[in-house]
Amino acid sequence: MTISIATSNGVCHARVTGEMTIYHAAEMKGELLPCFDQCAEVEIDLSEVSEIDTAGFQLLVLAKRVATSAGKKMRLVAHSPAILEVLDLLDMTSYFGDPVVIPRALH
Amino acid sequence: MSELDQALQTFFVESRELLEAMEESLLTLESEPDDKEAIGAIFRAAHTIKGSGGLFGLNGIVAFTHVVENVLDRVRSDEIPVNGDLIALLLSCRDHIGMLVEQVAADASAEPDNETLATGVMLLNQLKSYQTATKETAPAVSKTNVKAESQVMTTLPSGGKVESGHWHISLRFGRDVLRNGMDPLAFIRYLDNLGEIVHVAMLPDAMPFPPDMDPESCYLGFEIDFHGDNVDKATIEGVFEFVREDCSIRILPPHSRIEEYIQFINDLPENKIALGELLVNCGSLTRKELEEALHLQEKLRVESDQEASPMLGDILVKQGVVQPELIEAALGKQKVAKENKVQESKLIRIQAEKLDQLINLVGEMVIAGAATSLLAQRTRDPALTESTSTLSRLVEEIRDSALQLRMVQIGETFSRFNRVVRDVSKEIGKEIGLSIGGAETELDKSVVEKIGDPLMHLVRNSMDHGIEKADVRVKRGKPAKGTVHLNAYHESSSIVVEVGDDGGGLNRERILAKALEKGLITANQVLSDKEIYGLIFEAGFSTAEAVTNLSGRGVGMDVVRRNIEALRGTVEIDSREGVGTTVKIRLPLTLAIIDGFLLGVGSASYVVPLDMVMECIELTEAERQLTRENNYINLRGTVLPFIRLREQFREDGKISRRENIVVVHYAGQKAGLVVDELMGEFQTVIKPLGKLFENLKGVSGSTILGSGEVALILDVPALIQRAVNVESRAVL
Repeated sequence: MTISIATSNGVCHARVTGEMTIYHAAEMKGELLPCFDQCAEVEIDLSEVSEIDTAGFQLLVLAKRVATSAGKKMRLVAHSPAILEVLDLLDMTSYFGDPVVIPRALH
Repeated sequence: MSELDQALQTFFVESRELLEAMEESLLTLESEPDDKEAIGAIFRAAHTIKGSGGLFGLNGIVAFTHVVENVLDRVRSDEIPVNGDLIALLLSCRDHIGMLVEQVAADASAEPDNETLATGVMLLNQLKSYQTATKETAPAVSKTNVKAESQVMTTLPSGGKVESGHWHISLRFGRDVLRNGMDPLAFIRYLDNLGEIVHVAMLPDAMPFPPDMDPESCYLGFEIDFHGDNVDKATIEGVFEFVREDCSIRILPPHSRIEEYIQFINDLPENKIALGELLVNCGSLTRKELEEALHLQEKLRVESDQEASPMLGDILVKQGVVQPELIEAALGKQKVAKENKVQESKLIRIQAEKLDQLINLVGEMVIAGAATSLLAQRTRDPALTESTSTLSRLVEEIRDSALQLRMVQIGETFSRFNRVVRDVSKEIGKEIGLSIGGAETELDKSVVEKIGDPLMHLVRNSMDHGIEKADVRVKRGKPAKGTVHLNAYHESSSIVVEVGDDGGGLNRERILAKALEKGLITANQVLSDKEIYGLIFEAGFSTAEAVTNLSGRGVGMDVVRRNIEALRGTVEIDSREGVGTTVKIRLPLTLAIIDGFLLGVGSASYVVPLDMVMECIELTEAERQLTRENNYINLRGTVLPFIRLREQFREDGKISRRENIVVVHYAGQKAGLVVDELMGEFQTVIKPLGKLFENLKGVSGSTILGSGEVALILDVPALIQRAVNVESRAVL
């Protein structure tokens, strides 16, 4: 798992690559949360997430809670199939409120 | 075979069964569009095939079945009305799924061919009109929301039970669940496989803010509204078996009492009002129910304060822990089809080869047992004789139960014709129904497998040529809807399968004319009705004026006869003009071992099936003189034609002083077999004759005697036919 972070125009772009799992949970928390301190708007690109488990998912929830409580914006973009599967399973698409491209019925 | 391969084979077998069930239910639905059981069964079939297909990564099957399942789901929730068009489309979809499964079964790595792909695309296009439209208009709303809303709209029924027919499962995972190597998501995913997660709400409230939040702890809770057919509480608990220690689980069965929900809300750590809202959101409770629940809760509190009586809710919850009403409802609804399913689950699946091997071994044991008995008799040791006779009785019982294992009911074969009749009647534009009788009649599996094709020919023939067009039928005073009848029953040692119709019957004159034209008979031949009708089984015989793509090409009936004869069976036809035609197929019960009657002629031995033997009489010297010229005797006032086996098989051993007549019967006809010696009952393991002797008349197989000698098994039907023919010709 790697997270590359770039800031432009006050928007922090974080791009997660690889597995968002328990094995990297502490590392992810450490890298993602500081973004909210730096910028008013955080965009997390999930296109390269190959796998997500409860720990990874929980971190997204945490990020959303942090953003909401601090009055900042957080967007999840370019959901990978693994992410979409979990969002659909837990019916959490509306919780995050980000537009999601519904995949073609293939699962 | 690797384990995966075996599992895959099981998948194919199960899919085929599920598709059969699906077809059956679809056909039921056609006559009873409101049959919820049938709709449920169809949905379950599609759902299971999709689920299992996914396990094996069979994406083609999964993708297509998924769309079908979606449509079925909408049918199930009454969003789409059931009509003829939809059923026809679903039947085609069923066929397509079957096609996909078969193609994977033939070659797991192969891509479906172009024709199949084209069919798939066409069907998907047709399905599109039935699919939910919400996907395009509201991208952020998943399909489950739509359903949850419709659930909320329903009104509260009387009796204090909540409307929702869903399970409500409440999960609060422990902090250490992740560290213990569990992934809660995996359990929810697994739950999704058991049934359908109608709605799920996640509760993040227990999660502390960043400095305190440990990313390796689990803070999540879930409220799940779950729908599963045939799912009980134990099954759901089983899903969470592994996390039981790390997770608090509460499960409320469908239609729980409102009091239980109150208790449930009280038990949970979260804010009560918020939790109530949550239950409404995930469709477990309706708004009205929630209000009633809160109201009731308030009232209870007041009452209990005043009287200090035990909490009413407590008692009710205790009562509600078991789910008698669920069981009752399930029992009440069970129909015959459902019962079959339950019975099926008690069955063990074994490979046919293993069974065949067992039968072979039993066969060898019968032969070896006969040899032992013979040796024991020679020693004249009474103790040994007695023990061998006990042994042979046991062997006989083993033989019978082993053969019983191979017996299957013919009903399954019959019910396949529901679809055939439906499709063909649509195709040829006649309204025809199928009635089935004797579905529980059992016969050998190998016979059942081979009888499908001949039956198919006969049923199609009946529909195409037998049953008249509706206007003709009405003119003849018959109901406009024709009926094809399939029936089966046991008769002595054989099983009779009938294919009947209430159509126009065979035209005797036309058959005669056609037979003359084809040179099958000569003009001055006198034939009985039965013989005339039998002519249609001759090769190249068809009286149909119009050749359709179904039948009438003059192949078919003779193929039917050949197939039946290959099974040592016979076929006859009975017809009454204007009333209908019935084809009777007579088949031996088993192809492996029979009870035989051993006969001696000269130095050779012959076996006839014991069930066909009626009686044995002695041919007295006087009668021998009398019958030297004729081949019949007077048996208690009736003529009994007979055959001298000695002549029939050109046996030239020395002529014995005494002769016996064995009276055998088959299909209502009797004949005598003149033999030298009656040697009694004998368990006969049928060994097929080699290719060389295939066309031998009068002999149907061979067997090995205890002494190691070979005895021929007589083909009684053929011999009777011969005796009767020779005699009637002589009379004429």
